[in-house]
Amino acid sequence: MREYVKLAWRNIWRNKRRTLITAASVFFAIFFALIMRSLQLGSYSNMIDNAVTLYSGHLQIHAKGYWDNKSINRTMVADDQLMGILDKQEMVRQVVPRLESFALGSSGPQTKGVMVMGVDPAKQDEMSNLSGRLTKGKYFQPAEQAAIVGQTLADYLRLGVGDTLVLLGQGFHGATAAGKYTIKGIVGIPKPDLDNKMVYLPLQTAQQMYMAPNRLTTLAVNLHEHGDLSAAVTNLRNDLSGSRYEVKTWREIMPELVQQIRSDNASGWILLAILYLIIAFGVFGTVMMMINERKREFGVMIAVGMHKIKLAVVVTLEMAFIGLLGLLAGIAGSMPVILYYHYHPIRLGGEVAESIKDFGIEPIMPMAWQADFYASQTLIVAAIVVVAVLYPIYSITRIRPVKAMRG
Amino acid sequence: MKILTLNNVHKIYNESEVQVHAVNGVSLEFDKGEFAAIVGPSGSGKTTLLNMIGGLDQPTEGEIIVDSTNIGSLKPSGLIDFRMYNIGFVFQAYNLIPVLTARENVEFIMHLQGRPRKEREARSRELLEAVGLADRMDSRPSKMSGGQQQRVAVARALASKPKFVLADEPTANLDSHSTENLLDIMERLNREEQVTFIFSTHDNRVVKKARRVITIEDGKVESDSTQK
Ligand SMILES: Nc1ncnc2c1ncn2[C@@H]1O[C@H](COP(=O)(O)OP(=O)(O)OP(=O)(O)O)[C@@H](O)[C@H]1O
Ligand SMILES: [Mg+2]
Repeated sequence: MREYVKLAWRNIWRNKRRTLITAASVFFAIFFALIMRSLQLGSYSNMIDNAVTLYSGHLQIHAKGYWDNKSINRTMVADDQLMGILDKQEMVRQVVPRLESFALGSSGPQTKGVMVMGVDPAKQDEMSNLSGRLTKGKYFQPAEQAAIVGQTLADYLRLGVGDTLVLLGQGFHGATAAGKYTIKGIVGIPKPDLDNKMVYLPLQTAQQMYMAPNRLTTLAVNLHEHGDLSAAVTNLRNDLSGSRYEVKTWREIMPELVQQIRSDNASGWILLAILYLIIAFGVFGTVMMMINERKREFGVMIAVGMHKIKLAVVVTLEMAFIGLLGLLAGIAGSMPVILYYHYHPIRLGGEVAESIKDFGIEPIMPMAWQADFYASQTLIVAAIVVVAVLYPIYSITRIRPVKAMRG
Repeated sequence: MKILTLNNVHKIYNESEVQVHAVNGVSLEFDKGEFAAIVGPSGSGKTTLLNMIGGLDQPTEGEIIVDSTNIGSLKPSGLIDFRMYNIGFVFQAYNLIPVLTARENVEFIMHLQGRPRKEREARSRELLEAVGLADRMDSRPSKMSGGQQQRVAVARALASKPKFVLADEPTANLDSHSTENLLDIMERLNREEQVTFIFSTHDNRVVKKARRVITIEDGKVESDSTQK
């Protein structure tokens, strides 16, 4: 084998320029594939982080059947047993109790359907930094008869700090839910579909309004590590099986986000596939040219007793070297860039940045750093080299020395 | 001792519209230690004949027996091994592997045969000395003259200790000095080490050096004579 490695290595330097051009094409394809995917994956995790911390939590616990039919009548009381189960899960970082429902919100002549979220002020703030997103006014205290509303909704209802919001809805078991609340603050929520309908109330205030003392619709659960999600869900579903509770992940809670990422991801894969094709054709073209140029030499080698399969090994090794050269260069070239932007995310500028900042989100695009992605790229390039040399190798097995040497 | 027998060998090419009867009923015998030239005008069938003897091409009819093996009975991959162990080849050109040095070229077949390093090194040195290239062992072919390259090719052909060496117009690309030099080396190896050479040529100076001269024309043996 050493002999073949030596042959292959020397052979690729016979035509330095071609080797370098081929390796460069692999390099560029890999470089862009890695950078592009890192940006994509980074933006996905950014999107997910935002949505998870703002709204859903990593997972939620409801009364059984609540998610499919979100009625105020399907609320729950979080008993000690449930809290005990959550307490003992070490992956759980935080449990945020909520009462969520709909209501009609009005202010003067303006009326709009709104989403009321009764939250524990301190816990919700810890989870989604609600107080940090205030654009006007102040954060509320527990049991205060006050509301915090989304910016778009406030604009629509022409509400300012100190104004009064009237909420009207259906309470627990058919009771009427109604209340008047002073606007304590206005927040920018970086999800437009929430920003135009969110009304936050302190949890107890909401429970009073809905005539549902101590009742909750939701326990939003955050984990220490995003990666623990499936383990945590499995554990909790086990612990809660047969109980009055259900466990839903953020994927089930926000299917539209999952869908959005999935379709974006698909377009990413199409781009990757195009880059892979470039590599494949580059390698294929090079190996075909090389075989054609060396027909006579191959003819002589077969004539004096070299088996074609060994020749095929040498040619495959040559392409593997070139592919590896490009791959290593691509990895070496992209790694510092990706690591740098992983820790120092790209800052968006201009209007985009401003509008994102208005929502209280940092206008950044982090790059994901995923070692397994590097591994899969390496495997894919290896597979491409193998596929690209299949036909050329086949053509080697068809070389007839007499013909090759005459030609 | 008989090492090679051709029995009524024919080769007919059907590839183009016209059928070409390149070799037409050749029967020959060769003994160990011969130094034989196959002579004939261009197109007379020398290359075709040597290719069939070397197992690179199959006869349309007839049989070729090397040391009691009928090479027509070998499968393609068996034939490759047969060539590696039994036949040394020197071609007119493009003989050597360009990325290997003279010495590595000579060792190449021994590599294929899986011979140990010590043996390879000793034999390649000995052979390159025998062809007068002891000082060029580490040169690549592109740094050597055509004559030097052919001498390396002869050394390589001998490296596998073949039963005989086939050389198809080995001097066709050489000037007269290199031609003489190569032939002297081949003759000496033949005389001193009993290496059997069968070579084709249409160069009269080469013909003069041969001990046996086989003349072919239109694929047939015209004459077969032994000289001095
Ligand atoms: N693959 C082939 N297909 C068809 N005809 C061929 C083929 N190879 C050789 N021939 C023909 O067979 C005849 C003998 O050719 P060959 O190459 O054996 O002659 P040669 O004596 O070696 O000639 P030269 O001295 O020019 O090398 C020629 O007429 C040639 O055109
Ligand atoms: Mg010829």
